[in-house]
Amino acid sequence: MKFKVRGIDTFASTGGRPFDKNKPLIIFVHGSGLSHMVWVLQTRYFAFRGYSVLAVDLPGHGLSSGESLKTIEEMGNWVGDVIGAVGCKEASLVGHSQGCLVTMECVAQHPEKIKTLTLMGGASAIPMNPELLKLAEESNPKAVDLMMDFAHGPAGHFGGHPVPGLYHLNVGSMIVQNKEIKDTLGVDFRACDNYKNGPEIAKKLDLPTLSILGAQDRMCRLKDGKILADYIKNSEVKIIDDCGHMMLLEEADQTLEILKKFIAEHYPLPS
Amino acid sequence: MDPKTYKFDTLSLHAGYQPSKNAGSRQVPIYQTTSYMFDDVDHAAALFNLERGGHIYSRMSNPTVQVLEERVCALEGGTAALATASGMSAIFLTIMTLCNAGDHMVVSSQLYGGTVNLFRLTLPKFGIKTTFVKPRDTEGFKKAIQPNTKGIFGELVGNPGNELMNMPEVSKIAKEAGIPLIIDSTYQTPYLCRPFEHGADLVVHSLTKWMSGNGSSMAGILVEGGTFDWMQNDKFPSMTEPYEGYHGLSFAEEFGPTAFTMMARAEGMRDMGPCLAPQNAWNILHGLETLSLRMEKHCSNALKMVEYLSNHESVAWVSHASAPGHPDKELAEKILPKGTGSMIAFGIKGGKEAGAAFINNVKLASHLANVGDARTLVIHPASATHSQMDEATLKFAGLSHDMIRLSVGLEDFEDIVNDFEDGFRAAKKPRLVANK
Repeated sequence: MKFKVRGIDTFASTGGRPFDKNKPLIIFVHGSGLSHMVWVLQTRYFAFRGYSVLAVDLPGHGLSSGESLKTIEEMGNWVGDVIGAVGCKEASLVGHSQGCLVTMECVAQHPEKIKTLTLMGGASAIPMNPELLKLAEESNPKAVDLMMDFAHGPAGHFGGHPVPGLYHLNVGSMIVQNKEIKDTLGVDFRACDNYKNGPEIAKKLDLPTLSILGAQDRMCRLKDGKILADYIKNSEVKIIDDCGHMMLLEEADQTLEILKKFIAEHYPLPS
Repeated sequence: MDPKTYKFDTLSLHAGYQPSKNAGSRQVPIYQTTSYMFDDVDHAAALFNLERGGHIYSRMSNPTVQVLEERVCALEGGTAALATASGMSAIFLTIMTLCNAGDHMVVSSQLYGGTVNLFRLTLPKFGIKTTFVKPRDTEGFKKAIQPNTKGIFGELVGNPGNELMNMPEVSKIAKEAGIPLIIDSTYQTPYLCRPFEHGADLVVHSLTKWMSGNGSSMAGILVEGGTFDWMQNDKFPSMTEPYEGYHGLSFAEEFGPTAFTMMARAEGMRDMGPCLAPQNAWNILHGLETLSLRMEKHCSNALKMVEYLSNHESVAWVSHASAPGHPDKELAEKILPKGTGSMIAFGIKGGKEAGAAFINNVKLASHLANVGDARTLVIHPASATHSQMDEATLKFAGLSHDMIRLSVGLEDFEDIVNDFEDGFRAAKKPRLVANK
């Protein structure tokens, strides 16, 4: 659906159900250069099980208007504003990759609004390879190819998409190339590279938190994901074997099962 | 720093398949089953509602067929693919997903005869009309577009006359009009050309041909490039507006670069059901393993054959984009740098009668209605593959009565030549042969 956030047209997938502000809200936040489309194998499930979901397109991404936000802090604040913009008071957050930094920032800035936090393929800092950053800021398609290479585990490189007929690397690539690379991926990579508050923010988090990590993740390595989880009080950690950074697609079923259990326990539907 | 993603030959052997998820089986297993067990009621509901990926019923998808789909998709550089029972069903499924009654297509006139009949005779029954344009008439494609036109369709190298459509230029016309360009790339395979790199949005293949090479199995496929923005205008409401069949799902919103394939499967395979048998998918996969090797030999044999035919006293003309003086030679060198394929059309002196004598007297070359087999194939289109066309349509499609369509195989070139010499000798005495 389209709605306004700070006066700018914003798009979020509602998982195929009409948005209902009276249902518990789960907001999904995508990673660098991507869009709501990466969440389709999680959002539709919750949308048809009593939740309202918003898989947002960050400003300038996917179907949202405006320019990309330049810092993780701004993005975190923007996600907090989304909650009020759709007439809700609180939400659970699910972030992937850069979306983990964004959702952590959102909790730090709007602690009263956030009930649970799920971090997929996260780390407390995501420093960028300088060459990759340069390529992205120059809109060089090679940046997307490199990102797809790093983002998928060995199994993902062969294929085996959970949805019959889809091919992992090219789907991700086309989602990123839907926009000018420097305006989305380039800006996002720079924001990740500049962001240094991760460890301090993580140490202050005090809400039910789940980290889902890929054992073969080369973008945010498993050990970095574990360090982040260690910073967070009582954080739950689930590791998916033989999976890279794109667990929400590479191992969509396992990811969904883990998320379902966590949401059911910590953010249940009203009885 | 370069990406370490797998390259073409590796993908043709490995893409789409993980042994670790299939009992360690090195070869792709044949999942000869109609249906798949659900974990519980919730799992079943989620699968039926496209909330999660997986298999329900082999009319919609099958694990063996899925490997083939991903493999071809990877080779083409596409985002998604959907295999079908034949190349014709892939085309029909594509058009039925793209168009509604009252819509219109602009289509290259030089096509396989079955495809011509589909657009000329069958689709009008569903209210879908077509304007045919000669493949070299690039401006003609633009002029033929109407407000209700939903796409441009063509074979890159037309069957059987070997005229090329200027795909990059026609793609610009399609983009300007906000409609997709659909290319039947059967003749090329992704080894010779990847149409998405030249502006196509959707690609269809008959996998029955070079992709398998073994002449054992019928199969087709639709591949999506993920390049077309279905939401750029209001021409494609079935893709962009809530779809009643899946509780108000908007395919374009939810699936973006794979929206067309998702809809073709969810609606087309559900309602029309032209599914590919897993055994056939497995046979095609075997062929794909040697695609590069075979295409190289097909092309090298074809080049020799063009030279041989061009210098033969019994041959009136030869059409192959590599031939000296072919009007599309320059374009072919640009978009088909690895070779212009193994389909040759030639005219035999003595017309239809001589052509019949030639075909009746070759022994190694097989006279049949197929192309792209590992074996050399010949046919007289006017009396076979395109025989359901009237004189005017034959002429418009670029067919003549002296035309022989040749699909050059992988045999030793000298053996093909010796066989053809027998055919040409007989063609010089057609009456004698006819009386035998």
